[in-house]
Amino acid sequence: MKFYDSLSIELSRPGRKGYSLSGEWSSHMADIPASLCRESAPALPELSEVDVVRHYTNLSQMNFGVDTGFYPLGSCTMKYNPKINEEIASSSAIARLHPLQGPDTAPAAYEILDLTDKALQEITGMAGFTFKPCAGAHGELTGLMIMRTYHLSRGEEARTKVIVPDSAHGTNPASAAVCGLEVVVVKSGEDGLVDVESLRPLLGPDVAGMMMTNPNTLGLFEKNIEQIAALVHECGGLMYYDGANMNPLLGAVRPGDMGFDIMHLNLHKTFSTPHGGGGPGSGPVGVAAPLLPCLGVDSSGFHGNFTVIVKALSYIMMLGKENLALAGRLSTLNANYIKEELRDCYRLPIDSVCKHEFVFDGLINDGGSEGVHGATTLDVAKRLLDYGYHAPTIYFPLLFHQSLMIEPTETESKDTLDAFIAVMKKIAAEAAEDPAMLQGAPHNTPVSRPDETAAARNPILKWQDAVQ
Amino acid sequence: MASFPYFPHTEGDISAMLERTGVKALDDLYSDVPSKFLHKEPLNLPEAMSEQQVRDFFEKLLAKDAPLAVFAGQGAYDHYTPAVVPYICSRSEFLTAYTPYQCEISQGTLRYIFEFQSMICALTGLDVSNASVYDGPTAAAEAVRMAIASTKGRQLVLLSDALLPHVKRVVATYAKFAHLGIDFLPCEGGQTSLEALKAKLESGLYACAIVPSVNRFGIVEDHSGFAEALHGAGALLVEYCDPSTLAVVKSPAEWGADIAVGDGQSLGIPLNFGGPYVGFMACTKPLMRKLPGRIVGQTTDDSGRRVFVLTLQAREQHIRREKATSNICSNESLMALWVSVYLSLMGPEGLKEVNEKSHAAALYLRSRLLSTGLFEPAFDAPFIKEFVLRTGLDTKALRACLQDAGFFGAIDEGEGLVSFCATEKRTHAEIDALVAAIEKTFKV
Repeated sequence: MKFYDSLSIELSRPGRKGYSLSGEWSSHMADIPASLCRESAPALPELSEVDVVRHYTNLSQMNFGVDTGFYPLGSCTMKYNPKINEEIASSSAIARLHPLQGPDTAPAAYEILDLTDKALQEITGMAGFTFKPCAGAHGELTGLMIMRTYHLSRGEEARTKVIVPDSAHGTNPASAAVCGLEVVVVKSGEDGLVDVESLRPLLGPDVAGMMMTNPNTLGLFEKNIEQIAALVHECGGLMYYDGANMNPLLGAVRPGDMGFDIMHLNLHKTFSTPHGGGGPGSGPVGVAAPLLPCLGVDSSGFHGNFTVIVKALSYIMMLGKENLALAGRLSTLNANYIKEELRDCYRLPIDSVCKHEFVFDGLINDGGSEGVHGATTLDVAKRLLDYGYHAPTIYFPLLFHQSLMIEPTETESKDTLDAFIAVMKKIAAEAAEDPAMLQGAPHNTPVSRPDETAAARNPILKWQDAVQ
Repeated sequence: MASFPYFPHTEGDISAMLERTGVKALDDLYSDVPSKFLHKEPLNLPEAMSEQQVRDFFEKLLAKDAPLAVFAGQGAYDHYTPAVVPYICSRSEFLTAYTPYQCEISQGTLRYIFEFQSMICALTGLDVSNASVYDGPTAAAEAVRMAIASTKGRQLVLLSDALLPHVKRVVATYAKFAHLGIDFLPCEGGQTSLEALKAKLESGLYACAIVPSVNRFGIVEDHSGFAEALHGAGALLVEYCDPSTLAVVKSPAEWGADIAVGDGQSLGIPLNFGGPYVGFMACTKPLMRKLPGRIVGQTTDDSGRRVFVLTLQAREQHIRREKATSNICSNESLMALWVSVYLSLMGPEGLKEVNEKSHAAALYLRSRLLSTGLFEPAFDAPFIKEFVLRTGLDTKALRACLQDAGFFGAIDEGEGLVSFCATEKRTHAEIDALVAAIEKTFKV
């Protein structure tokens, strides 16, 4: 990757233009009084079309995506994004549909929502979905709103507590807070699973429900799920399934069968829609039959991220039932294979079969000795960039100090995994010999480690700030 | 094992990997799952289809939605998308990346977000923008959270009745669960009433008012005196904007706004049946640390080169958990790229022309509709591309008539009002055909 330093505004020259608009209409603003008009034009760049194309092509070349290489970012399910999905979703027949069109003028759009709804019901064991949520966290919030609506409909206003495991994604407690609910944290046991004995005393008539991801963020299946769901239900609470980790359960285990009442799916994880550098995602929420009347929560403007839903349906149709089930199993195989190959170099805090991902707690030999700092998980992550890999998720979950969370997904070959494993072993050897070299990594990327403290202390958040 | 194009495993790979993991079969990897939860039957879904079958299926299905020229707005505008925009945004280095956690290999994403933030600040005139939220309505809901957090103790907010219906619905939803009260500001002559605002503010209980810069009737509102009234009562002014129109109408900063929000859809994003769009949020510097979501900042690397990073993360859910400013994680990053590329092509002059041409089209449409004698003006107020008319016609029948003629428009606004919109994409011929269809159906 080469270093390209321009911002579009720096390429701007007065008088250049990059557009050609229809000559159908004259350009004048007739009857808007000057008192309602802005005083000076916004300072946007003036560029020719070729300037724009070269600029963004150069920017793209300083980026790493799934199509660039292996992206084992834990909890993010960076699987391959099939191209047929993109082709279908970018159809002009979809692009031109106005969101206020009803089933009379857009029957196909409604049929796509309906087909996706039915397929997701079968995959999850839920009774119906809403597609309004635009991301996973948005799904959590919508799901909790549904949970609250259900309790309120039964006159149970006092149910305001949401139980969240200490291993949960940060969005779980944050979503509960945005929904006006109180977060109660339940501890994990030595085995990395929710500690049932710690859960019992938290249950009572003030509990709205419990949020869980299963397998959890350590990649471990919460095998006490039946007992946990029974306890929560007994006290009148509902079970919420955070679908971020649904991938290994495809065709194998259905959240509805495990006792979950409400759940979201991340279509941008499990159903292969691209992440777009941080969205658009889609986080449809499914509910069990008794909650269907509460499904209509207005948490976004129109029908959610419709083209993302189209991509997910296309994916489901391409895979069919047999390959959906295989996807889950192969993702689990890939994760366990890496775990077994690397456990001699990286500390495996919990020795158990994992699902689609697992967590190491840093290097076994970090090269540290008296007076010499050892290499950390951050250093390992940065060194991986030098070797052409995206880094795993680091310092999450919070249960360990040096978490290194690896999720390979099913779309990676044994050859890819073997090459990654070899590099991870090499990095472990480098750490033992020369931790300082790792601490200076990456060495081969367009830029090196940033001064994040300066970024936060003296925020430059727009090009107008930089000029000053 | 039947091979499948997205799974690269050969039979031999699978056996070797199973052996390495110490199990005999793939299903043995699920031995930790209680057997009653293992789904033993195959899912009741169709079998795998070939790529050609999937393509044909969608082609056939989508052909059911007859192409209609759009004469509706209401928060989703049919502006022209230059060919460069989808071309750049489909580059897989952008499309298939995750949130830019590793800045050393994510400068592409980080730089376009920085550009997006800069251009949102240029349009709104405000100091700080975030990297995007889901859509305009959720941006408005997040603005309410910001206002509540910065006016400690206040639990009430004011919404203009002239806001788009979907904005009011979503803000009301978020507010209800956060135990916040909402009061509505009535309209006078189709615009948010300053007198009503002043009267409400006397209580001193409100954290903010959200008012539309261009409202649900398409009217460009005059917000003279709004900021003074709100600030005098210790409350914030939140402007809800159609960012395309900010090329010509007064900016939120010029009205004295503390926060500006809206939907970036009008900046070249196709209608897409409602999404993905992109919510934007900008605010004044004192509110910076209350802003939700990702924010990209500029700094330097070890060698002194300019680099861009995610910054001010102490606001966010992955650090603060339940104490974060918001639960947002994934936003609409790729759509922020979409907007950045669009604005880079259009520049200040192009965006102004989009408004002027849309305005010319809307003026023509309005005068042709009025000339039928079936519509009357509803408000005497300036508009850009969207407007409402009063009519005695049944709006359902009107919409059906438009549909038969190949158009979508005439959104029912209640109380005998119907809304139309025209952008630079519409033509004289389309408008003439639309008016002719109405005359043919309703003029006896």
